[in-house]
Amino acid sequence: MGIRFILMVNKQGQTRLAQYYEYLTLEERRALEGEIVRKCLARNEQQCSFVEHRNYKIVYRRYASLFFLVGVDNDENELAILEFIHLLVETMDRHFGNVCELDIMFHLEKAHFMLEEMVMNGCIVETSKANILTPIQLMDKAS
Amino acid sequence: MALSGMRGLSVFISDIRNCQNKEQERLRVDKELGNVRTRFKNEKGLTPYEKKKYVWKMLYIYMLGYDVDFGHMEAVSLISAPKYPEKQVGYIVTSCLLNENHDFLRLAINTVRNDIIGRNETFQCLALTLVGNIGGREFAESLAPDVQKLLISSSCRPLVRKKAALCLLRLFRKNPDVVNVDGWSDRMAQLLDERDFGVLTSSMSLLVALVASNHEAYWSCLPKCVKVLERLARNQDIPQEYTYYGIPSPWLQVKTMRALQYFPTIEDPSTRRSLFEVLQRILMGTDVVKNVNKNNASHSVLFEALALVMHLDAEKEMMSQCVALLGKFIAVREPNIRYLGLENMTRMLMVTDVQDIIKRHQAQIITSLKDPDISIRRRALDLLYGMCDVSNAKDIVEELLQYLNTAEFVMREELSLKIAILAEKFAPDLSWYVDVILQLIDKAGDFVSDDIWFRVVQFVTNNEDLQPYAALKAREYLDKPAIHETMVKVSAYILGEYSHLLARRPGCSPKEIFSLIHEKLPTVSTSTIPILLSTYAKILMHTQPPDSELQNQILAIFRKYESCIDAEIQQRAVEYLELSKKGAALMDVLAEMPKFPERQSSLIKKAEDTEADTAEQSAHKLRTQQQTSNALAVTDQPSANGTPPVSHLGLVKVPSMTNTDRNLADQGETEPNGTLSVVDPQPPSAPSPDVLGDLLGPLAIEGPQPDGAQPAHNLGSGVGVAPNAEDALALAPVEETATVQPIGNIAERFHALVLKDSGILYEDPYIQIGIKAEWRAHHGRLVLFLGNKNTAPLISVQALILPPSHLRMELSLVPETIPPRAQVQCPLEVVNLRPSRDLAVLDFSYNFGAQLVNVKLRLPAILNKFLQPISVSAEEFFPQWRSLSGPPLKLQEVVRGVRPMLLPEMANLFNSLRLMVCPGLDPNANNLVASTTFYSESTRAMLCLVRIETDPADRTQLRMTVASGDPTLTFELKEFIKEQLVFIPTAPTAAAPLVPPQPQPTSPPPPVSDPGALLAGLL
Repeated sequence: MGIRFILMVNKQGQTRLAQYYEYLTLEERRALEGEIVRKCLARNEQQCSFVEHRNYKIVYRRYASLFFLVGVDNDENELAILEFIHLLVETMDRHFGNVCELDIMFHLEKAHFMLEEMVMNGCIVETSKANILTPIQLMDKAS
Repeated sequence: MALSGMRGLSVFISDIRNCQNKEQERLRVDKELGNVRTRFKNEKGLTPYEKKKYVWKMLYIYMLGYDVDFGHMEAVSLISAPKYPEKQVGYIVTSCLLNENHDFLRLAINTVRNDIIGRNETFQCLALTLVGNIGGREFAESLAPDVQKLLISSSCRPLVRKKAALCLLRLFRKNPDVVNVDGWSDRMAQLLDERDFGVLTSSMSLLVALVASNHEAYWSCLPKCVKVLERLARNQDIPQEYTYYGIPSPWLQVKTMRALQYFPTIEDPSTRRSLFEVLQRILMGTDVVKNVNKNNASHSVLFEALALVMHLDAEKEMMSQCVALLGKFIAVREPNIRYLGLENMTRMLMVTDVQDIIKRHQAQIITSLKDPDISIRRRALDLLYGMCDVSNAKDIVEELLQYLNTAEFVMREELSLKIAILAEKFAPDLSWYVDVILQLIDKAGDFVSDDIWFRVVQFVTNNEDLQPYAALKAREYLDKPAIHETMVKVSAYILGEYSHLLARRPGCSPKEIFSLIHEKLPTVSTSTIPILLSTYAKILMHTQPPDSELQNQILAIFRKYESCIDAEIQQRAVEYLELSKKGAALMDVLAEMPKFPERQSSLIKKAEDTEADTAEQSAHKLRTQQQTSNALAVTDQPSANGTPPVSHLGLVKVPSMTNTDRNLADQGETEPNGTLSVVDPQPPSAPSPDVLGDLLGPLAIEGPQPDGAQPAHNLGSGVGVAPNAEDALALAPVEETATVQPIGNIAERFHALVLKDSGILYEDPYIQIGIKAEWRAHHGRLVLFLGNKNTAPLISVQALILPPSHLRMELSLVPETIPPRAQVQCPLEVVNLRPSRDLAVLDFSYNFGAQLVNVKLRLPAILNKFLQPISVSAEEFFPQWRSLSGPPLKLQEVVRGVRPMLLPEMANLFNSLRLMVCPGLDPNANNLVASTTFYSESTRAMLCLVRIETDPADRTQLRMTVASGDPTLTFELKEFIKEQLVFIPTAPTAAAPLVPPQPQPTSPPPPVSDPGALLAGLL
């Protein structure tokens, strides 16, 4: 499976984007988000970027006020995921220019489009920023 | 800041953002939901733009964690919109809101398929992504050929093909048959020559899944993977866009090395050489650099290379190189690298011959146990546990004990268990073992189960040298002001037996020992008092010459407890009092405990006792077995081809026919479906010494059962029973190598065992596995009955329990050989740690002749077994119900697709699930209220309340509310009940055969099993 979910959460613990690659009911999501947000947000800079939770791992990274949390299988390559988060942020940066929490909030659909170009079925599809952004640019032009 | 021009949405998001608290947010969300709902109701007036806007709002609200139970249809309908922007929203929102089993998704299959085979590549991409994310079995069957075509099409652009690859991966996981191995392996190898990195990255993920399920078929891909890796590692001809901080796509490198780990070995010497060259280059050439991203990326590749080297079982030199690298990593400052160093070193323990090199890093690993980061401490603990052996046990266990002082609560339980295991496994001497366990009880008594202190008592009793030492230690602990109750138990026991050995030491006179122990009595629970009473009696007996003051004191205590309400305490008090009047007899009765049988757990002993009881009935046992096998053969026959059974009897391999057997056969002849099938399949619930007879009871019924419904259940050549294809699927766990077919339906058998405590778990022509279980609070004891049905022995018998994390399971020794016609019993102890629906699996294999049979069977150690029905009155119920207000303690859900059943029927089901229906509590006659107590170590006993509200007009749906004092328990119980309602298990009294409850039925169920039809028949 690889990636189970990708969450973007601000430091108050509010979910700004959630994409799951395995179906969970709403209650399950709420419980899961509550638990892992509590666990990850309490950690400091000197601690590692990996948190073990139930039978999987969270690889997370903080950018200013926003946390990117990625749930992966236990045997997934942690550092590869950690850098994949950075690739996602760089891609958003390229599109929005100095991306911030508000960009993601108010352009939820674009964030979703980007993610959809990058991850599918829990696997990485594309890692070229230009290729990821092509469909969005086409749409921007059309409208 | 308009969301692609959707102003209303931006306003809504701003409003949410400005909410001061959760309550305000909820109000705003409710208002918006009301608004959207009204707009959707007058759908006619809605423009595609508006629809799009509302659907985004729904997704936003859903993301915030609010239930959105309407508007799914609108989202799905956008998929068929002609314009891209609407279509896109339809696709994305649908894949976020719905799951693969949602009915609405079916409505979209045709549109999705048209988009996939259409010419518009942007539409193709959207459709492929949806199917790739949430496509189910139906999609797999109808779309797989189209998706395969797209993936290998030369006219298709990479942007479509990369999505097709991952879409196919999903379809393959849903139904592996959609990928035809013969034709596809060559195509897969060709795909690895692909120039486009997007397509290559996705195809590599697809390959990992394919190789994982059948590496032999994809052998030709192996050298191609090595080529891809070489090209990346040498940075040859890599497009700039795919270079990340100077590293050629680290993700593709990692994936490729992952794929290589699924091939068991690499035989071709030149491929092997090339691969090792690349790996050597990665191992040696990865330097630490300043840029974090570059450093992470290159190390992600390095760690994957390490994993691959371990897998390939490289030469010793390369392995030591790896350990050296890891040794370096676990000492660096960067926490991520330290974590991964420890994690991979633990994996390295699996490789032979490197343990000694790893041991050199012990000091560093112990330092990590004190790291401020819990993630790192966990890794260090796992590694220390894994590397412990006789040579370093003392050091490691002492470190772990020390760590116990500071370890956080969540780790203590695991830590205690690990200490106890290591101490017993690797104790260099027994006094050390006693020391460790006493320290463990002292520091973490809550986590030390009874078995552990029983074990200490066993060792001390069996080793005379140890007795004075243990007594002295126990005496020392009693001096402490506050000690754990388990410590009171173990020290009282030991001092009762052996304190007289200390008598000459200061502070160890009988009187002093007695008063020390007696001080603790007011602090202990009723379960400990009997132990203390025995200790007093023993002290009394050992006090020579008798001390009348002490005697009076102790006898007064016995008298006090003579009328105790607890039966155990009362009995001991009365008995000891009487014994004390008997003088010399007291000495005999209270003499030192005899030695325990060496190394034998009480468990096995118990099992043997039962065996002895049943041994004399073995002749009867044998016969019962023969009877059943005949009954099976004969009654199955008529349905096979409709010919009279008599003509086939000769073909059926019937072991030694006796007269009774003949009679049975005749019965089968006169009534093809077997008069047997009306016999109540439930075995007598009272324990009977003839366990096998009980267990075999249901078999006679279950054999013929499928007759009517599944005629394919034929006997073929008459040698064995071969279930039809669907059955085989339902039993899926049977490995391909097994040509032996099970008798009866494993899934059905399992579901029967959900509702009762004994029955057959599995049967094939050679073996029958029966189960009998007893459950008490959070403990369970299952006995597996392995019966060899043949005149030849079954050899290489192996039973492995794969327990889920919430169950602690211990299977006693399973003999390697089961003699002909014999039955062995294997007790299995279960402890429920916390609420969960996960299942335990029995991995069972044996050899019969040259045939290897391996099956994986679900064990009925499930949630409802740890329930104890309890009836509550209205006075008790309502305050509880009200005090558990709202999520997460009280959860409510509307369940659809319920198997329709009448209320009494449902009440029966609940009662058999150990949920006690309390009639009259709910004023509405269409509702049902049930209560029960759940037991687990973490929750202890916990009351659960359930309410079901049914709709007499529509029995396929109901509203369920579950409440308990623990959020996980509430959730798990709710889901459990839902599973039982949606896929109704075979009720014990049901006469008609039921289709095995499968998440995705492959074919329409046979009419007999349709509950609607059944119901109609009843009415």
